[in-house]
Amino acid sequence: MTISFNKETFRGDYSFHNSPAAIRRFPFPFDRDEYMYSVNMEPHRATGPDDSVFKRRFDVDEHYLSEMEDRAITLARDPARCQSLPHMRLAGWDLLELIMTCKAQDYPDLFQLTRDGERWRWVNRPMGLDDSFTFLDDSTLPFGPMEYITRQTQGDFAVLDQREGNLWMDAGMVTSQADWSLDFDIGMNFFEWHAPVPRAAEMGIFQRALKFLLNVQQDSPARRLNWTMTVNPRLDTSPETYPEWGPEKRSVTAENVGGRQYLRVELQSFWRLPRSNALAFPIRCYLCSLEDIVTIPKWGRRLHRVIRDLPEDLASYKGFVVNRPLIVDYLSQFDDGQPTSPGIYPD
Amino acid sequence: MTQVLRLTQKQPVSPRITRFRFEHPEGRSLPVFSGGAHVMVTMRDGEVLRRNAYSLISDPQDSSGYEIAVQREDQGRGGSNFLHEKAQPGMMLQIGAPVNLFGLNLTARKHLMIAGGVGITPFLSQLHEVVRLHAPFELHLAIRSRNELPALAIPDAAQVHVSDEGSRMNLTEILSTQPLGTHLYVCGSARMIEGVLTEASALGWPKDALHSEEFLAPAPGVPFEVNCARSDKTLTVGAHQSLLEALEAAGIDTPWLCRGGACGQCETDILACDGEIEHHDHWLDPAEHCSKIMPCVSRFRGALLTIDR
Ligand code: FES
Repeated sequence: MTISFNKETFRGDYSFHNSPAAIRRFPFPFDRDEYMYSVNMEPHRATGPDDSVFKRRFDVDEHYLSEMEDRAITLARDPARCQSLPHMRLAGWDLLELIMTCKAQDYPDLFQLTRDGERWRWVNRPMGLDDSFTFLDDSTLPFGPMEYITRQTQGDFAVLDQREGNLWMDAGMVTSQADWSLDFDIGMNFFEWHAPVPRAAEMGIFQRALKFLLNVQQDSPARRLNWTMTVNPRLDTSPETYPEWGPEKRSVTAENVGGRQYLRVELQSFWRLPRSNALAFPIRCYLCSLEDIVTIPKWGRRLHRVIRDLPEDLASYKGFVVNRPLIVDYLSQFDDGQPTSPGIYPD
Repeated sequence: MTQVLRLTQKQPVSPRITRFRFEHPEGRSLPVFSGGAHVMVTMRDGEVLRRNAYSLISDPQDSSGYEIAVQREDQGRGGSNFLHEKAQPGMMLQIGAPVNLFGLNLTARKHLMIAGGVGITPFLSQLHEVVRLHAPFELHLAIRSRNELPALAIPDAAQVHVSDEGSRMNLTEILSTQPLGTHLYVCGSARMIEGVLTEASALGWPKDALHSEEFLAPAPGVPFEVNCARSDKTLTVGAHQSLLEALEAAGIDTPWLCRGGACGQCETDILACDGEIEHHDHWLDPAEHCSKIMPCVSRFRGALLTIDR
């Protein structure tokens, strides 16, 4: 497979764009005309059409190089976006091994891993890297193992320690989050960092989700999709930079809503790390403007119905309650009232 | 995930304990694991399918093979006897992917490990880990007589307490002289675990610093009937069969991981119950005893039991 990588930005002039192929493979998150919060977990296996984002364990797409540049900018401004408590060192190496072996197998033309005992050589063609290092020896890499590999992998990463029947956010690389902060959450357990989600707590969803996650097994990763909305194709919507992106929410008008309002979908996956028994939680973010979504008629119709009927508290939790009337108005043009087919893929 | 591995070595290490080594038939490397992990060994013994969980005792980073140490339980249901008597090098067995319900707490300042007899097994893989991490640890092994001491790689630093030589473990002293931030791990007979945990709590150890592991063997008992509401079937669970085994035999899918009452995976809701459930698990809170059952180890006596399977 050859991917041609976009030259684009996720801030400033926002030159981010999706090719028609990228639109078609966008992980549209609604399999029916309504949405309710749920533990929608499934095994993370290669499924869907050939070019589906689910086909490979760590999806690489046309935005790869630009996303990695954006991450480097964010880290240069705020190194606290990447943190690892001392007991998570081994988990960092686990994560590095997992990502390198998966990418080398899934994209042999882009990435290569050669192992000679503990002497490893890693080639990342798109980024022009060719590094040799000693596995489990931090001093042989330019960054800690988690930082090294996640500077080369799209999506955010939370690395969770498992102890006392709970999960602890004890390490992570978080530069494209939907309004949460690693620096704030570090060291918290599963219930603490989920405290602000409305409705879910009383529905017992967290208990069930935690139980599921504690049972994720080696070689049996799981995944789910989550979604929200952002104005402009911005990856770094952290609380720390709110002054930069918060006011942009108000810049949406009836004329520009199609191009400015983005559906933001997170492909979250869960992996048991073998050496540390920690849980890796990659959160891969995909962005698609409303304008691009409605080029798939099924998605245009369905998104209109979902957004229109969403309970107020969820719209406000997801951060688009002020712009909802504009969004619904815009989308209604593309809803001809026809039934939609089940499932998430285009017809 | 399960793989079919070849038994490559079988070696007695004490009068009742034998060490078994499994390797990939084509010499491929096996997934690495973390200290304290176990694997599920599936044995086809004539008509019977036996499944037992055993702690891995080999180096977690060594992917060339998995090793377990098995004590023969003459009163048991036959899994350990099968391995001791029928399993021979060359035989192929199904071995599940490693699962860890007894991992080290890596935030601990020190690890205090207390083992009774064959309860030493999960610590053997953890020792590789603590040594590699340069983490302070203390290991106590209690055995009845010197000839029970298994010929396994037990480190010199371990303190062996032999009761018929009078060197019994002084639990109070061990537990009351540990630095703050120590985590305690105990593995052995039910009585021993209970004794150690009670003593530690009495001495004011925080609950989160106490870890224990015991896989229960499904208790035999009187046969009983169970209604499975979702699959609309009524089953009879035999005297030497577990409810989980009966469900599987009837083709009713029930999740499981440890088959020993410790992981919580098989938890099932009770829809109706006129009689008494014999809970044998380590999982449920007493408050859940009237609404839930763990099919891998629990039984029932009475007129009517309906479960949500
Ligand atoms: S299978 Fe683990 S508790 Fe039943």
